[in-house]
Amino acid sequence: MTEGTLYGLCSAVLVGLGLFGLIMHPEPLRKILAFNLVGGGVFLLFGVVARKGAAAGLGGDPVPQALVITGLVVAFAATALAVALLARLFQETGRATLQADE
Amino acid sequence: MAFDIGLVTLVLGVAAWTIGARETFAAVVGFVAYGLLLALVWVRLAAPDVAMTEAALGSGLTGGLLLGASTRLARTDGPAAIEKPSAIMRLAAAVLCTLVSAGLAALVLLMLEPAPTLAPRAMANIAATGLSNPVTAVLMAYRAIDTLLETVVLLLALVGVWSLARDRVWGGLPGPYHRADPHGLLTFTAQILVPIGILIGIYIFWVGSVAPGGEFQGATVLAAMWIIASMAGLVDAPPVTRRWLRLALIAGPALFFAIGLAGFAIAGGFLAYPESHAKLLILMIEVPVTLSIATTLALLVAGPPERAPAR
Amino acid sequence: MPGSATAGGFLLVLAIVLPVAGAMLSLVLGGRYAERIALTVMPTGVVVAVAIGAIVWRTHNVLQYFVGKWDPPLGVAFRADGLSATMIVTAALLICGIGLFARAQFSLPRCVEERAPLVFWILLLTVWGALNAVFIGCDLFNLYVALELLTFAAVPLVSLDGRAETLTAALRYLLFALFGSILYLLGAVLLYGAYGTLDMVLLSGRIRAEPAAWAAISLMTSGLLAKAALYPLHLWLPPAHAGAPSPASAVLSGLVVKAPFFLVVRLWFDVMPRLPEHAVAQVLGGLGAAAIIFGSLVALRQVRLKLLIAYSTVAQIGYLFLMFPLAVKPETGHPWSTAAWTGGVLQAISHAFAKAAMFMVAGLIAEALGHDRIAGLAGVSRVLPITVFAFALGGLSLMGLPPSGGFVAKAMLLTAAVAAGQWWWAVVVLTGGLLAGGYVFLVLVRALADASEPLNLLSTISPGRQAVVAVLALAAVLLGFVPLRPFELLQIGRPDIAIGGLR
Repeated sequence: MTEGTLYGLCSAVLVGLGLFGLIMHPEPLRKILAFNLVGGGVFLLFGVVARKGAAAGLGGDPVPQALVITGLVVAFAATALAVALLARLFQETGRATLQADE
Repeated sequence: MAFDIGLVTLVLGVAAWTIGARETFAAVVGFVAYGLLLALVWVRLAAPDVAMTEAALGSGLTGGLLLGASTRLARTDGPAAIEKPSAIMRLAAAVLCTLVSAGLAALVLLMLEPAPTLAPRAMANIAATGLSNPVTAVLMAYRAIDTLLETVVLLLALVGVWSLARDRVWGGLPGPYHRADPHGLLTFTAQILVPIGILIGIYIFWVGSVAPGGEFQGATVLAAMWIIASMAGLVDAPPVTRRWLRLALIAGPALFFAIGLAGFAIAGGFLAYPESHAKLLILMIEVPVTLSIATTLALLVAGPPERAPAR
Repeated sequence: MPGSATAGGFLLVLAIVLPVAGAMLSLVLGGRYAERIALTVMPTGVVVAVAIGAIVWRTHNVLQYFVGKWDPPLGVAFRADGLSATMIVTAALLICGIGLFARAQFSLPRCVEERAPLVFWILLLTVWGALNAVFIGCDLFNLYVALELLTFAAVPLVSLDGRAETLTAALRYLLFALFGSILYLLGAVLLYGAYGTLDMVLLSGRIRAEPAAWAAISLMTSGLLAKAALYPLHLWLPPAHAGAPSPASAVLSGLVVKAPFFLVVRLWFDVMPRLPEHAVAQVLGGLGAAAIIFGSLVALRQVRLKLLIAYSTVAQIGYLFLMFPLAVKPETGHPWSTAAWTGGVLQAISHAFAKAAMFMVAGLIAEALGHDRIAGLAGVSRVLPITVFAFALGGLSLMGLPPSGGFVAKAMLLTAAVAAGQWWWAVVVLTGGLLAGGYVFLVLVRALADASEPLNLLSTISPGRQAVVAVLALAAVLLGFVPLRPFELLQIGRPDIAIGGLR
């Protein structure tokens, strides 16, 4: 098994773990954490594809690597927006939960 | 190979800790460790540019953001107040996620090796871009539209964060005021670290055209330096209505758009570069973009305006 | 090779650049100028949109553009066929209408910059740019970035008033949207790993029926379903669309939620048409049917007008997904799939106009009466006659009554269902129409009733705003009057599969 495949299997487990956290944790902050974990796993899978595409004297296919960098930035922006929403919600209600009062 | 197996075990262990920890603070700490370990994985996957971005942005800035959030939200009701999903739900979710993981793992094992790749095409055209770092070539030349849209995405996230300010503090200063002992260790460290960090950030951005690095990594380091300086009380955030702040924010995307549109005239297409001046044009885009992204990232961590502007 | 860029392709670039540049200019000039910039960009954007439509119509060919003059697979392409052109024009017209309507609510005062108006105009322009990017994108990762831009522009619109309920709704919306994006991205990664490209045209040539392609289409479709709020992933929509200010609700229900549906259509018909998808198509149709029944039933029970309209959106989105099982070519080989395809798209467009108008009606009523309780609507028809009439016109389209675009759309779906021998979808369409009639009449009956005591108006509503609402509702109706020739626009550039049906 090449190292690429090994990390690919790692990313598969990460995606599953993160999805579990995203679905199961009731607190939004833990969901945000889990979302970042899933994101890391998906980007890792992209990186495995890049590694398996090593050619032309490069260690990896540069296109997926560039896409991951873009994806990392977008994921950070998403996390920042989600955290700001959560913090504001906490300011308004004193609780950090999505449970509605209705 | 043994190293890789060890690394994978560590990564999965820390990830499981992040999901399973009872305390949110412990989970966030686990997440930061996870990010740093992932950066090591990226190095092993021969992707140093991504490793840098993951370490600085995915682990560093994101970790800082989440740590700040977890301490602020720690004063909520105890976990008992939030209803936990039932055991059946947990079992069903666990089964579903195991299936997803198993399916993905099977697909990984079935993956073509070597995989279809664009590396030869990227290298064949790289001379026309004037760069020698192929990842930067993809980001700034071949798929420049993605990078352009991504800078807009960052900016919009900031507008979204700012929109959460209360009306009466609109136009005010983002984030709480950091009081730090001017003779304390944090201030001292910051006074030494920040100038060095700024130089490192600029270097990382500058060298990105020929070696691993680039504007995103450099901008993240610059933003991190600002955050350290503000936590040490050395600088304070400017009010969000300041014209120069807004100019700094849009300078990057605006110049990116402008040079892109100029491409119609000088190279026959949007975001096209004439071969003779490609590197110069890319540099002209990268400098303001680095500045804008650094500003945007720092302000995203600072949060929405919370203190009313001084009258 | 996907072919070369066509003349006029620069218009595609303008369709994205113009609104986004306007948004950034508003941010930097701030305060007083944001509204004026938006009102300048809007007519210009309409001109660009109509120009794109005109070129596609005249040349009967796809408009294509390679950004940076790099061809796919290395570079990114923009591509506008008839479907894209139609959606671009719809978006431009609708955003103009919403902008005109929103002027009264989000006008900027002379001297000091206020948060809500500035943010509203920036976000509205960005939503427009992101929508155009989705409609013309031909690269799966470029579409991912466009989807994220759309999400980040739409979410803060929900929480614009800063109340706890809207903040919760916005956070829930964001979490669902992020869940959808990550599934979409996972599918895209699998496709790149198998075929080495993310360009939709190239992928359509390289895709084969193998596990990677199956997994990718399932993941991407699931992710997009979460963003489109198809049952059972619809939980986030009603509080979000009901809690946003009414011009924002109009754009969210009318356009933002159609973008993921548009991408599912692109994926199924343009990227992966050769995969046999009978069973999965039936599942999609089943979910759509559940959305129609469930959404309409819950809408009947609502106390507040905006929530009723939001649940109606959940139901009407279900019709869109009935298109998939009906576009499958039956064994006998009848091309009724064209009718299903056209019906689905027409439903998207006429619902956009009708729903936007209805949300704006709810906004006007709330401004006039100070509340939007259905029980308290008595006497409104005397005070705001044009507005109530607009609601009725929009309701025609939702119910599928002639004359309206909704009627033509649902009639096409019915015809396709009967001709394909899948009569159960016909039952669902008819039931949905009945239930829609139920909740529309629920509102109209109250509104047309006489008030027991004279109504206390909180503010006067200018006839100009009522007129804008009426025009949008009228557009939904007029779509039913156009002869079938303009529907040829939708056929331009459609892959033969869509004409012949999925196998």
